[in-house]
Amino acid sequence: MKHIKTINAPAAKKDLKNSGCGECQTSCQSACKTSCTVANQKCEKR
Amino acid sequence: MIHKFKMHGSNIVLDVNSGAVHMVDDIAYDILDHMDNSDEEIVNGLSGKYSRSEVMETLAELKQLKAEGQLFSEDFMEEYLAEHGPLSHSQPIVKALCLHIAHDCNLRCRYCFASTGDFGTQRTLMTAETGKRAIDFLIERSGTRRNLEVDFFGGEPLLNFEAVKEIVLYALERQKVSNKNFRFTITTNAVLLNEDHKKFINEYMDNVVLSIDGRPEVNDRMRFRADGRGTYEDILPKIMDMAESREQDNYYVRGTFTRENLDFSKDVLHLADLGFKQVSVEPVVAAKDTGYDLREEDLPGLFREYEELVYEYVKRHRESDGFNFFHFMLDLEQGPCLIKKLKGCGSGHEYLAVTPEGDLYPCHQFVGMEGFKMGNVNHGTDISVSISEMFEKQNIYTKPDCKKCWAKFFCSGGCAANAWQFNNCLDKPYEIGCELERKRVECALWAKAVEACE
Repeated sequence: MKHIKTINAPAAKKDLKNSGCGECQTSCQSACKTSCTVANQKCEKR
Repeated sequence: MIHKFKMHGSNIVLDVNSGAVHMVDDIAYDILDHMDNSDEEIVNGLSGKYSRSEVMETLAELKQLKAEGQLFSEDFMEEYLAEHGPLSHSQPIVKALCLHIAHDCNLRCRYCFASTGDFGTQRTLMTAETGKRAIDFLIERSGTRRNLEVDFFGGEPLLNFEAVKEIVLYALERQKVSNKNFRFTITTNAVLLNEDHKKFINEYMDNVVLSIDGRPEVNDRMRFRADGRGTYEDILPKIMDMAESREQDNYYVRGTFTRENLDFSKDVLHLADLGFKQVSVEPVVAAKDTGYDLREEDLPGLFREYEELVYEYVKRHRESDGFNFFHFMLDLEQGPCLIKKLKGCGSGHEYLAVTPEGDLYPCHQFVGMEGFKMGNVNHGTDISVSISEMFEKQNIYTKPDCKKCWAKFFCSGGCAANAWQFNNCLDKPYEIGCELERKRVECALWAKAVEACE
């Protein structure tokens, strides 16, 4: 494409099928303790 | 829903529901405001700026992405939630505990949400026995979950380190026969940190959070001893040594910024200049009458700070002198699953805090609020069903402000404790926190986009 560069194209809907095992780290335990950011947490399955 | 923004000369577009991120030129950026109009209306509306052929060519690309589900994609989560209910368990699963190993502290930090260490109650230490009951509780309540987490928190955990050791070794003993995998973290102000602590922490702790706010005068203005003496000079060599001993990984230097250092990017860079590679400096959450609380009028300046910081952050990474800043670390490919993004930190059901007396609370920030006491690990494994349900049913679609927010899948609904503190309810997030979170996500997306283009 000439006008658009796609940086990342996930398929969120597909992600649901393999979702919610709960084995990942609790976000608040990582570093913050006062604010919630989960987008930097790792998935244990990947 | 899309979110588009400009930063440092780049135009970034996030397709909220699919999570797709695009970098676009000015024509595409402008056309995106008019995608509900007909082609002719768009061409005519932008005729003063762009030619017909340019607009039509760009429009074709945008339409292609839309057809591929990477722009203006549908929100399928509402339907999913209607079908699957509130995503709660009949018996809440607990997988992480914050152990308040010491409700006592050797510092008197002005911004401490724990009322300088005692959480507004008596200064007490957790016994190893109570800690062991907390481990038993966690194993019992964790169902089929294998990975369990325990954070040693305070007050100051090094004031009660013998108990920490005993509890860790007990948990490791129990994990052998219970098919569990414990991960430990400790959060310390580093004042007492010595070789023995370091050795044990490095052997057993997956993560260590070391508190320091940044520049010496900034740190010492907030973080001082009972006699008023600052801590920077004493803690810095210990923290540097600790970070080095862990090969600059699996730790965080963790600072807090307040209204008294609105130029906090200098503090982040000060820590990076000292050689720290894992840095987290975060906004204070404080009541309005403290004087150092962040206010709405501070936001434009704080946004500039984050933008300047991310520019320098990317520059240093490019020059192979990079560091990780917790809130700019966005994993677009391998990040958490959608369910995790819906529900956030798990406070009140998956994640609980335990006081020195063994009392259970929804998280460390609720400790001391009598109405939120959920049980006691010394009195069995029952927890308040009404409180855990109240927390478990929360997700970004139960919070009206979150539902309409473009950043919802990155922040997952904000901090429940902050929402309670400022709005006296769990489903209305703390707005200043939201504003800062949105800016951080924009910065992180920009950093990712720049990285991808190089």
